[in-house]
Amino acid sequence: MNGENKSTADLNPFLPEPARIVRTYHLTSDVKFFQVRFVDMDKALSFKYKPGQFAMVSILGVGEAPFCISSTPSRPGLLEFCIRKAGTVTSALFGLIENSLLGLRGPYGNGFPVERMTGKNILIVEGGMGVAPLRSVLLYSLDNRDQFGRVSVLYGAKRPSEMIFDEEYFALKTRSDLECYLAVDADDTGKWTENIGVVTTLFRHLKKVDPENTYALVCGPPIMYKFVIKELIKLNIPKDQILMTLERRMKCGVGKCGHCAIDYIYTCLDGPVFNYWDVLHMRELI
Amino acid sequence: MPRIFRTGWMSIQPKQRIGDMKILKLKKKDLFPFLEVISREAELWAPVVKPSGPPSDTATDTYWAELAKREKCSFERIRDFSKIAMNTTRTIIPPKKIMVPSCFNTFNSTTKGYKEDFSHVKDRILFGIRSCDIHGLLFLDKLFSQVYPDPYYLETRKKTLILGLSCFPDEYCFCKSTHTHIVEEGYDLFFTDLGGYFLVWIGSSRGDDLIRLQPDLFDENLTEKDIQTYIQWQEKRDAAFQTEVNFIRMPDLMELNYKAPFWEEVGAACLACGSCTMVCPDCNCYDIFDKQFLGDRPGQRLRCWDSCTLPKYSEVAGGENFREHKSQRLKLWYTHKLQAFVSKYGKPSCVGCGRCLVTCPVQINVKTVAAALEGHPVEAFWKRLSKEVTK
Repeated sequence: MNGENKSTADLNPFLPEPARIVRTYHLTSDVKFFQVRFVDMDKALSFKYKPGQFAMVSILGVGEAPFCISSTPSRPGLLEFCIRKAGTVTSALFGLIENSLLGLRGPYGNGFPVERMTGKNILIVEGGMGVAPLRSVLLYSLDNRDQFGRVSVLYGAKRPSEMIFDEEYFALKTRSDLECYLAVDADDTGKWTENIGVVTTLFRHLKKVDPENTYALVCGPPIMYKFVIKELIKLNIPKDQILMTLERRMKCGVGKCGHCAIDYIYTCLDGPVFNYWDVLHMRELI
Repeated sequence: MPRIFRTGWMSIQPKQRIGDMKILKLKKKDLFPFLEVISREAELWAPVVKPSGPPSDTATDTYWAELAKREKCSFERIRDFSKIAMNTTRTIIPPKKIMVPSCFNTFNSTTKGYKEDFSHVKDRILFGIRSCDIHGLLFLDKLFSQVYPDPYYLETRKKTLILGLSCFPDEYCFCKSTHTHIVEEGYDLFFTDLGGYFLVWIGSSRGDDLIRLQPDLFDENLTEKDIQTYIQWQEKRDAAFQTEVNFIRMPDLMELNYKAPFWEEVGAACLACGSCTMVCPDCNCYDIFDKQFLGDRPGQRLRCWDSCTLPKYSEVAGGENFREHKSQRLKLWYTHKLQAFVSKYGKPSCVGCGRCLVTCPVQINVKTVAAALEGHPVEAFWKRLSKEVTK
C-alpha cells in the first residue's frame, strides 16, 4: 500500500513538472538566457506569478536550485531565466541545448508588492546580475505603463561586455516615457558612450524625485546595497518603500529545509523581497 | 482481527481530541501481553539500552567520565519485549528519526520525469515516547503542515501510532522549564507509571481502537486512591528537576546580547560537528541530493538531515557564505531555539529534553548559553577551550 496514496501525490509541493527549453543564448560570457515552457500547455498558460518571485529548476540527476523569474506575468506562456554559471546545477544548465527537458516548480516567495506600487513612481537601481529579478518588474511596469507614475532605471555593470540585456536597455533610452541611465565601472572597449563610474554616480542625472510617491527597487552584488541605500535615504525615500530582493541558499523553496532562515522568517516564504526597515530590523539580511 | 491500519479512516488530526478523555488502568504484568497483541498490527518500536563500549581511559575529565558511564538508549524495532527500556529518560536520537529518516529517497527519476517514492513509510507503533518528544513531534507537525504541507512527513505521521510513557527527570532534564513535562495532545495512548500499574490515557480515536483489541486487560474503575497516587507521583516528579532555564527572559536577552563577546567565545570553542542539531527533537533542517546510477536503475532525489552549524550551511553557488563564522551559525541556532519561535508560535523551539546537554562535547548547550545570556558565571568546557584556541 506504500506510495499509492493519490490524494497526497497530487499535492506534493516538491514534485517538479516537466518543462522544455524553448530558446537559450549567451548574454555575456558567463551568463545565459533561458526561455522555458511547461510541456503541459494548460499549465504553461495558467502559471500565475508575481514579478520578483522565483522558481525551482531541476535537472535530472544533477539537482535543483532556485532562480528568480526574469520574465513578466503580463506576457504569459513562456518563463525566462537569466542564469550565471556558478555551481553544479548552473554548469549542467549551461550544457543543455534548446528543446532539452527540465523540471520546474513554483512560483515561490512574496514577489514585489505591485498592487501597492500602482500609481506610484518606480526607481530601479540595479548592478550586474541584479537585472535578473528586476527585469520582471520593469517589463511589468512597461506593459502596464499607465498604471504607474514615472519610471526610472539606473543600471551599472563592470564592463560593457558584462552588461546584461544591453540591447533592451539601449532601446529603453530611446523611449520618452521613462528615464534610463547606464554606467560601467571601466570601459575596456573605447566605444562606450554612456557614463563611466559606479551605479551611484547615476543618481545626479535623475530628474526631481518625489520621495513620498516613489518605490525604489534595488538589486545587485552585496557591496552595492550600502552605497545605493545611502543615496536613496538622501533622496528622503521612506525606508519601507526601498525594496530589495535577496539571495540565500535554498533547498526546498517552501519553508521546510531551513537553509534560508533568518531570525524567525524564511527567505523563501517571507522574502526574497524585503524593505529597508526589514533589513535594519533583522540584522542578518544584508 | 480488526486491522487498524487497513480500515482507511486514519485521518489523524494530532491536535484534535475527540470527546472526553478516557482514562483506564493497566496492571504492570499485563503490559507485555497488550504489546504482543498490538504488535501484530504493525512494527513496534521502543527505546532499548545500547550496549556500552569499554570504559574510555582518555575520559579523565569528570564530565565525560560521568557521561560515559551513563546508559544510552535508542529507538529500535522490538521483537523481544523484555528489551524495552522502561525507566530511562532520553534516547540518543529523538523519535524524529522515524518520522523523518536521516536520509530517504523522495523521488525516483527517469527520463520520463519524477515519480514519488514513499517506500520508507511503514505502519509503526512507537511505544515509550516521553512527553518532551511528543512535544517535539507536535512542533514538527506544525512546521511540516503549514503553508506547503509536506506529504512525506504527513504520510509517515498518519501511519504512526504514538504510545507515550511517563518518566522521571534526571539531572539534565529541564522540560518543566519548557512546560513540556505535561502532554495534552499528540499521542494515541499515554502510560503513566504509578508503581504497580499504569494509568492509560486515551488521546485519540485510534488509541481507543488499540484498547479494543484486548479490552479485558484494562480496568475502567478509577478510585479516589488512584487519583491520590497520581497527584503524589506528579508532585514527586515535579520536585525532582535539577536543571532550570528561564525561557521567558530569553527573547529579550537574545536581542540585547546580539553583539555580546561570549558569542565569539562559543564560536571559537564550537567544533561545528552538528551533534546538537542531530539530537534536537525540534531540528528539521535537511539537504537535497540527486544520485544517479549506472544502468537503467532510476535516479534518486535524497533528503538527508543537515545542520545549521556545519560550515557550508548558508553557502550559495559562487562561494558567498552568509554564515562563515561558527559564532554566526551558533547564533542562528540559539535564535531559533530561544527567541524566534517564541515570537512566531508563542513558545520556544526547545522541549527541555536535555539532549544537547549530554551530547555537545564542549558543553555548548541551551543551559550554558542561557546562563551566559543572563550574565551568570558559566562553568563549561567551552569557556576553557575558547581561551586556549584564541590564545
